[in-house]
Amino acid sequence: MSGTSNPRARGTSTGETGTPVTARRPRAARLSPADLLRTSGSGLRSRPLRAFLSALGIAIGIAAMVSVVGVSASSKEDLNRRLEALGTNLLKVSPGQSFTGEAARLPAEAEKMISRIGPVEQVSAVGKADAKVYRNDHVPAARSGGITVAAARLDLPDTTGAEVAAGSWLNEATSRYPAVVLGGKAAERLGVHRAGEDVRVWLGERWFTVTGILHEVPLAPELDYTALVGWPVAESELGFDGYATTIYTRSAENAVADVQSVLGATASPETPNETEVSRPSDALAAKEATDATLNALLLGLGAVALLVGGVGVANTMVISVLERRAEIGLRRSLGATRGQVRTQFLGESLLLSALGGVGGVLLGIGVTTGYSASQGWPGVVPAWAMAGGVAATLVIGGLAGLYPALRAARLPPTEALASA
Amino acid sequence: MSSPVIELRGVSRAYGDVTALRDAELTVGRGELLAVVGPSGSGKSTLLNIIGTLQRPSSGTVLIDGHDVSALTDRELSALRAQSIGFVFQQFHLAAGTPVLDNVADGLLYSGRSRAERRRLAEAALRRVGLGRRLLHRPHQLSGGEKQRTAIARAVLGDPPLLLADEPTGALDSASGENVMALLRELNAAGTTVLIITHDRDIAAGLPRAVHLKDGAIVRDERREALPA
Repeated sequence: MSGTSNPRARGTSTGETGTPVTARRPRAARLSPADLLRTSGSGLRSRPLRAFLSALGIAIGIAAMVSVVGVSASSKEDLNRRLEALGTNLLKVSPGQSFTGEAARLPAEAEKMISRIGPVEQVSAVGKADAKVYRNDHVPAARSGGITVAAARLDLPDTTGAEVAAGSWLNEATSRYPAVVLGGKAAERLGVHRAGEDVRVWLGERWFTVTGILHEVPLAPELDYTALVGWPVAESELGFDGYATTIYTRSAENAVADVQSVLGATASPETPNETEVSRPSDALAAKEATDATLNALLLGLGAVALLVGGVGVANTMVISVLERRAEIGLRRSLGATRGQVRTQFLGESLLLSALGGVGGVLLGIGVTTGYSASQGWPGVVPAWAMAGGVAATLVIGGLAGLYPALRAARLPPTEALASA
Repeated sequence: MSSPVIELRGVSRAYGDVTALRDAELTVGRGELLAVVGPSGSGKSTLLNIIGTLQRPSSGTVLIDGHDVSALTDRELSALRAQSIGFVFQQFHLAAGTPVLDNVADGLLYSGRSRAERRRLAEAALRRVGLGRRLLHRPHQLSGGEKQRTAIARAVLGDPPLLLADEPTGALDSASGENVMALLRELNAAGTTVLIITHDRDIAAGLPRAVHLKDGAIVRDERREALPA
């Protein structure tokens, strides 16, 4: 051997025969990264089905976790886009209850007071009327269907974002006449599917013409169950006292919190703590947040699946080492060091789980995209979830492969060769 | 004078109470062709493992290609095997599903040479053993004799000073066996030291030197000047 690569020369030792023996110490060569990869992949290539199934275990776990995160992120993204479209600057104030537990009342001038708050841009209101609405005059009085009758200011749709699904909204003229606009759910309950001069409902012991039907109002869902009539007609025909029961405001985006803090006191200066002020967009977001518990549970299930996948990989690797004793022996006789054998099997385990991880991330993206599409959401998989998924598989692969790799490296080459 | 390829001085190996090899003294010079012959259980495999540096002796000194095995770490012994010793096994130990060319090229996987060079040398070695037309065949497409010639090509790819063959004809029919023996003689004629472990006395009788083992001890070291054709 020329041993040109070795700068360290061993000293001269003298054997029993007195022959001086001089030799450079042999030095083990490193495997190039490409050789390392090829060697680690050789076991997978020779048993593709087993590799596929082991990787599948990991893939299912990762896919579950990625899609839970992805679906939740997509739904959140959808909510954000919806809120952006709806606006988060809507505030609602209602009288709440008085100290004695009776229904409180907002002062008559509340609307005017609120409109004087600087950043408030729009104010509108509804006032509950003491009346019931029925499909016709034959329906028994008790079957009112839980539909509220309320007087509405004409600018209610502008402020709350309500949109007319059929017919038209009230105007100066119709607000003085027995005309009604039904909330989406209210119309459904009454069995009214279109608006028109000939469509009538029995409201407050007389016929009202249905001039319009609203879409559902995401920021003011209480309107969905309401039959809305004009303020003047409510006062003249339904015995409505003229006091607003809910006031809606839109403020400048950057001042919503400030407005919110003074809204109660402005609406009812004498009994500010009896008023209830809320921001409907917060309620919408909070409803979404309650799903977090379910997400955590699903994420946990994904983690269990991943763990089981990891055990599968460890199992595959242990079997692989047992089966490939002859190969290990051969490699040792070809000059592989223990470290190189260890690296080979660790590399195989890492490759196996990385395959599963990448497959799982792709699968997770597929599930997220498919589910989001079916829900009409934008499909979003956060980058951290994808990176985290692959990183988790590498950790799992490393842990699963460590023991089998150590065992393979410790196997005496003679024993490995003899077992063939 | 160059140092011997193999030098064993008082080498013993015990497994618990059982002594598999006792006080072996053996010197093999460069360019020799010899057989280590003996019945099963005579210590042949232990001797092979010790010469092949796959196992360390319980006592005694082992010098392989000038290296004192006891002075080398496990890592250095691996390097010594990669550079100086070629192995041929009775069961061939070829990687199933891997083309013959890559099977042979892997003989130098741990030598530090580039893949391109390994494959180039593998092609040359396969031509040398008469398998130049089988480069891309898989092992299962080869006959037993061809498999063993592939294994020999893998062993001599890097032109190691020492070739150890453990019952190289044990799994072959006699025609293939003779073919393989002829190849080993050819390699020896080209300068490689070849040590064949066998239980077959006929094979031993056909070689210039035969070391007889019995019950873990070297009982006879026969040398023949001229060979019968």
